[in-house]
Amino acid sequence: MKEIRIHARAGQGAITTASILGYAYFLKGMYPYAFPSFGAARMGAPMNAFVRVDSHPVRLRSQIYEPNYLLIMDPTLMRGFNCFSGLKEDGIAIINDKDTGSLPKVSAKQKVFAVPANEIAMKTIGRPLGNTALIGAFCAATGELALDSLLEAIKKRFSGKAMEGNIESAKQGFEFIKNQLRG
Amino acid sequence: MKEFIEGSLAVAEAVKLCKPGVVSAYPITPQTHIVEELASMVADGKLNAQFVNVESEHSAASVVLGSEATGTRSYTATSSQGLFYMMEVVFNIAGMRLPIVMTCANRAVSAPINIWNDQQDSISLRDSGWVQLFAEDIQEAVDLHFIAYKLAEDKSIMLPVMVCMDGFILTHGIETVDMPSQEQVDKYLPKYNTTYKLDVTNPISMGLLAGPDYYMETRFAIEETHKDILKLLPKLTADFAKIFGRTYNGLVEEYQVKDAEKVIVALGSVCGTVKEVVDELRSKGKKVGLLKITSYRPFPAEAIYEALKNVPKVAVLDRAVSLGSFAPVSSEIKAVFTSKKKKPQVISNFVVGLGGRDITKESIKEMFKLLSAKELTNEFIDLKPELLKESYEQ
Repeated sequence: MKEIRIHARAGQGAITTASILGYAYFLKGMYPYAFPSFGAARMGAPMNAFVRVDSHPVRLRSQIYEPNYLLIMDPTLMRGFNCFSGLKEDGIAIINDKDTGSLPKVSAKQKVFAVPANEIAMKTIGRPLGNTALIGAFCAATGELALDSLLEAIKKRFSGKAMEGNIESAKQGFEFIKNQLRG
Repeated sequence: MKEFIEGSLAVAEAVKLCKPGVVSAYPITPQTHIVEELASMVADGKLNAQFVNVESEHSAASVVLGSEATGTRSYTATSSQGLFYMMEVVFNIAGMRLPIVMTCANRAVSAPINIWNDQQDSISLRDSGWVQLFAEDIQEAVDLHFIAYKLAEDKSIMLPVMVCMDGFILTHGIETVDMPSQEQVDKYLPKYNTTYKLDVTNPISMGLLAGPDYYMETRFAIEETHKDILKLLPKLTADFAKIFGRTYNGLVEEYQVKDAEKVIVALGSVCGTVKEVVDELRSKGKKVGLLKITSYRPFPAEAIYEALKNVPKVAVLDRAVSLGSFAPVSSEIKAVFTSKKKKPQVISNFVVGLGGRDITKESIKEMFKLLSAKELTNEFIDLKPELLKESYEQ
């Protein structure tokens, strides 16, 4: 079983992110359970979305406290709140940020990646919606999902121009991390 | 066909497959997605039904009461305050023996305002005469809608059914669901056809006055029908299995109960979490189990007795309260064993997960741990003591 926790503000597309991730796992024949947890249930309020995935149907309905992977959609959420709480010993975090300069120290086996997802989205979609770039980065950083599975999931979720932009976004997010890993 | 689909959208799809003639609703979180989707289906010509937008839940319930009275399969959905606003009509629908199916996306009730999940809403309407079926996962929520219409419209039953699914956890959760085909649903659920309906060529009156000479018999008749439902439901789920290939008991589900020393009784999505904990504790040699109640109304007392009569310790998990008394499910489980020779030595009751407080594996383990020789009453799990310190005296 793998557990992913997404930190975002309401309106930033955390549920869309969770559903695209879940769908990509679903295409692999896995059994994902993607679900949100609303905070103040207002635009801009901190909220979480989660993906729990296994090779058989997921029965556990609680939120995720010890994630394998973290996706942080908005780096300002890390001010005054420990988004890294419970991250597994060998966990991986992907942050929508220009650099990892302001990140908290993590243990030796944990990895943190920063991807300028909003900048990528401004170029590819024309709006600062970094979700798909972030998931692209997730695929590259974790090796959990092939880029093709992700692109297929994006095709299912979007159509027309939005689809094209998001596919490009995901590819660039993926490549950004791949280059870092090569480097 | 297997789909990765949100609970609310899956339920909307299931309702569409049931071909209702009238859908009326006033949106309330967290069931909004269900009726939004149904409204889209009607607008797009994918569902040949009349979608009636109304100004309140009281009106939504009244519209489906009226449409169902004309012999038209009808549907509505609500939650929490919306269900309470419907309450007067909810009792009327049962009293008039109208086989409406309603989804209740289970949610806490005000005050304080809280949109999150617990089961206080539908459980508070347990005495209305409606059948109440609780879903553990999205697949079961979908399937229960077909079973609900089949049961409700059976000529020997003619009572409304509420399909209860945990708000957010199931309504906003996305998981793999095997969506049946229209052919399968048509085979299972024939066109609705009733003898008693409002029809200008054959006029009858419905919902009339019944004074002291008649009223009691109408309540007795519903009570008798609930007994019939206990017999019919397992047959309907067996028929369901033949067509859809998925097996449900319809009344209760025993999970590792046979040799168990400690069993938790629960309703709804938390049963999944309890099953996880049961497997974990079993792997460490602990004899624990779960009794899931699917049919809360009618209350399957006989099935519960048979399942639990040899279990030494039982913990009842309530996601609702009856303030000033025992939590609702627990008092009924205790009632099952009154004056019985075979019974658990201990029936403790726990209140868990009110207003969306997360129920973790640790919450369930804590219940198993606290389930000892000492019987506990209304033991609240995961309370925050620091929040209880403030008092009026400050």
